Amino acid sequence: NMAGLQNGHGGRMMHKLTRSALAFHALGRSFIGKNHLSPIKIITRGIVTAEEGNDSEKHEVYDIIISGGGMVGSAMACSLGMDLNLADKKILLLEAGKKQVMEGIPDTYSTRVSSISPGSATLLSSIGAWEHITEMRCKPYKRMQVWDACSDALITFDKENLEDEMAYIVENDIVVAALTKQLDALSDNVQVKYRSKVVKYIWPMPHHADSIPWVQIKLANGDTLKTKLLIGADGPNSMVRKSLGIPTVKWNYDQSAVVAVLHLSEPTENNVAWQRFLPTGPIAMLPLSDTMSSLVWSTSHQLAEELLELDEESFVDAINSAFWSNENQSELIETAGSLFRGALSAIMPSAGSPRQLPPSVAGIGPKSRVMFPLGMGHASEYIRHRVALIGDAAHRVHPLAGQGVNLGFGDVTCLTQLLSQAAFNGKDLGAIHHLLEYETERQRHNLPMMTAIDLMKRLYSTNVAPVVLLRTFGLQATNMLPSLKVSTACFVHLNMSSCTVPWNLVISFSISTTCQSSAPPPTSPLTVF
Amino acid sequence: MFSCKFGRLISGLCIPKAAPMCGMSPTGFSWSAVCQRRTLRLQRTQKNPEPCHLSLRQSSHATVDPDEVRRFQLLSSKWWDEQGEFAALHAMNDLRVPLIRDNLLNMHPKNHPGRPLSGLKILDVGCGGGLLTEPLGRLGASVLGIDPVEDSISTAQVHASYDPELRGRLRYQACTLEELSAEAEEAGRFDALVASEVVEHLADLETFAFCCNHMLKPGGSLFITTINKTNLSYALGIVVAEQLLRIVPNGTHDWEKFISPVELERLLESNGFSVQTVQGMLYNPLSGAWSWTNSTAINYALRAVKVRDDVQPEPTDGTEEEESHRTGTHS
Repeated sequence: NMAGLQNGHGGRMMHKLTRSALAFHALGRSFIGKNHLSPIKIITRGIVTAEEGNDSEKHEVYDIIISGGGMVGSAMACSLGMDLNLADKKILLLEAGKKQVMEGIPDTYSTRVSSISPGSATLLSSIGAWEHITEMRCKPYKRMQVWDACSDALITFDKENLEDEMAYIVENDIVVAALTKQLDALSDNVQVKYRSKVVKYIWPMPHHADSIPWVQIKLANGDTLKTKLLIGADGPNSMVRKSLGIPTVKWNYDQSAVVAVLHLSEPTENNVAWQRFLPTGPIAMLPLSDTMSSLVWSTSHQLAEELLELDEESFVDAINSAFWSNENQSELIETAGSLFRGALSAIMPSAGSPRQLPPSVAGIGPKSRVMFPLGMGHASEYIRHRVALIGDAAHRVHPLAGQGVNLGFGDVTCLTQLLSQAAFNGKDLGAIHHLLEYETERQRHNLPMMTAIDLMKRLYSTNVAPVVLLRTFGLQATNMLPSLKVSTACFVHLNMSSCTVPWNLVISFSISTTCQSSAPPPTSPLTVF
Repeated sequence: MFSCKFGRLISGLCIPKAAPMCGMSPTGFSWSAVCQRRTLRLQRTQKNPEPCHLSLRQSSHATVDPDEVRRFQLLSSKWWDEQGEFAALHAMNDLRVPLIRDNLLNMHPKNHPGRPLSGLKILDVGCGGGLLTEPLGRLGASVLGIDPVEDSISTAQVHASYDPELRGRLRYQACTLEELSAEAEEAGRFDALVASEVVEHLADLETFAFCCNHMLKPGGSLFITTINKTNLSYALGIVVAEQLLRIVPNGTHDWEKFISPVELERLLESNGFSVQTVQGMLYNPLSGAWSWTNSTAINYALRAVKVRDDVQPEPTDGTEEEESHRTGTHS
């Protein structure tokens, strides 16, 4: 527990620093108009190591090269390859790994899953990959419930009629396999080089008449490729970003997350995503099938390691008690909370959603327990001359169950649209004006999200009674007031593009007690009130 | 705004450059223009380009300023700096490329995904470093860019040489419109002629209009962007840009050479064009972006088509099917 506390303080200090940096950056951005660049920015962007190439005419020039064939990079390649205005362009996707072909569906579920928002699903269907995903395996959920371990306060999100899906839980492997299938179909428009490792990027000097104006990419096999626009989709440790020297604002919560595939004790409809704020961090259960769910448990490094060491039975007990235990609740807050709730229901008798209880867990998938360190990072610039960063290369939101992928798909949609327009206007695809538009649009989208996450994090980083009371009232009132909830849900959907982002990121610290207790888990779902 | 003015200065040099070659008197300017037009008309039937060359040089001499040429030569490497002296010209592509593209697509409906203008021949007069030439080439058109300033042409050629996409679509030539129109094989073969930010620097618009007509296929489109002759354009273009802020050197623009849309329209109509649209353009120096506006008080874009009846049919062109799209409502 002491270690947890210390970590918490460290995280706080680090956080203050990064927060001010973020705010400063946001302020700076707000003064930069859509098409306007401060001279300093131009200069700094211009001064990137420029080198002269000597074999200028040997190799052809690609219009767009995408570096990194993960979910976001492959989606980018598909999306560009299917755009009519870009039909005449030479597009190449570089992937260091081998081609991921999926012959049939694997028996076991992967621990790496993503929550695909409806917006991302729209993108995936527009590029033809969604059809493959639904043919393989994905689980929609219609409702999510978020509640507090320190009180009975809860909030549920659902679509008006429980017909529509809120989001889909899809394994990352399945998304990549579906996109790979689409890329095969697009082989006329998009070239893919698997097992190609980049050893060096050579950046052009802008407006320098005597040197090669393109980005040059040296591969491990000795080839040099040239491109008018390089799209860096090479993940949180992006080599493109580092090689450009783009600084990132990042912070570490001194938290880790444990993920696992869970077997439920009995089959249920399983169409609710569950999330509970524990004082140590949020725990989430995301549906995979009628009998399986995916666990995402954010907690201190120490507790995460302990959880990994536990035998299967104790691990399952720990999960169940984390969802069921009442020991963090205090009587005062309970009483105040129920009074407040009573008052609210007197004003609006029909409002509010009933509480449901999560399903209980019976076991875990073989060898499915994995632990990841938690961290966040945000590139201060998404673009440079002839370069754009997308996905985790630009903004590492969370290294967990794919919350970040929706932001990445948002980047793909935005950048495709701008490049398509640029091509239809006959522009050089690497020209800075439309890239700046991309950066401005996406940062305007991402920075408020990070600020909101920061606020929520601080709100849930304590169990001091007045704060808990405040958030209890806040959650209850939000749950009761449909309009407010709709706007929150809209915020969740539009701004965050991911249903699981906000609470998963609300990392709290201090005591880690819940895992030892073992409240008897009743069958689910139960309506409590 | 000011960098745009600078751009105009450069474009304006198209005509002056030819002059140092022959030091003839500047006085007979308008007279020579009239002569030239006659000779051109004559030449079309006689196939004798020589007189045209001569009269061109005479007329060019009037606007020559060696200082401007030298200043431009220093600037020729800056054409492609999107944020530099020519930022406003780069930004203007957001209006002029769609204007040209959409009108040509209306007249020549074709379906080439990614290359909407393929198969069309465009002449870019006063192309400078190729700021507008390259986008049109990327859209699939085969474009000839002409500019009498050789340094501009070589900048344009070097810049385009790096891009294999443009190979075979772009051609540059250091010459004036008059010189080009004297070449029999170039006359009457273009689907569109673009003169962007050029005409405000020309002394002899009559010749210019005549040559434009001469270069186009019947029914071909003429796109002109320029600056109006109003008190406002005087205040912003001359007083503010040149005299107060001195961003553009004194004497870059001669307000007397600016031309109002009405005057330009009359001139074109008398030279076998039917003016289709005149639309105001507005530059916002803070955002660096252009937008369309109803007011033509400062900058404006004009689109005209060559009237078929006015010209004798060219034996070589096969554009009869395109003729049906031309409306000619204005004439």
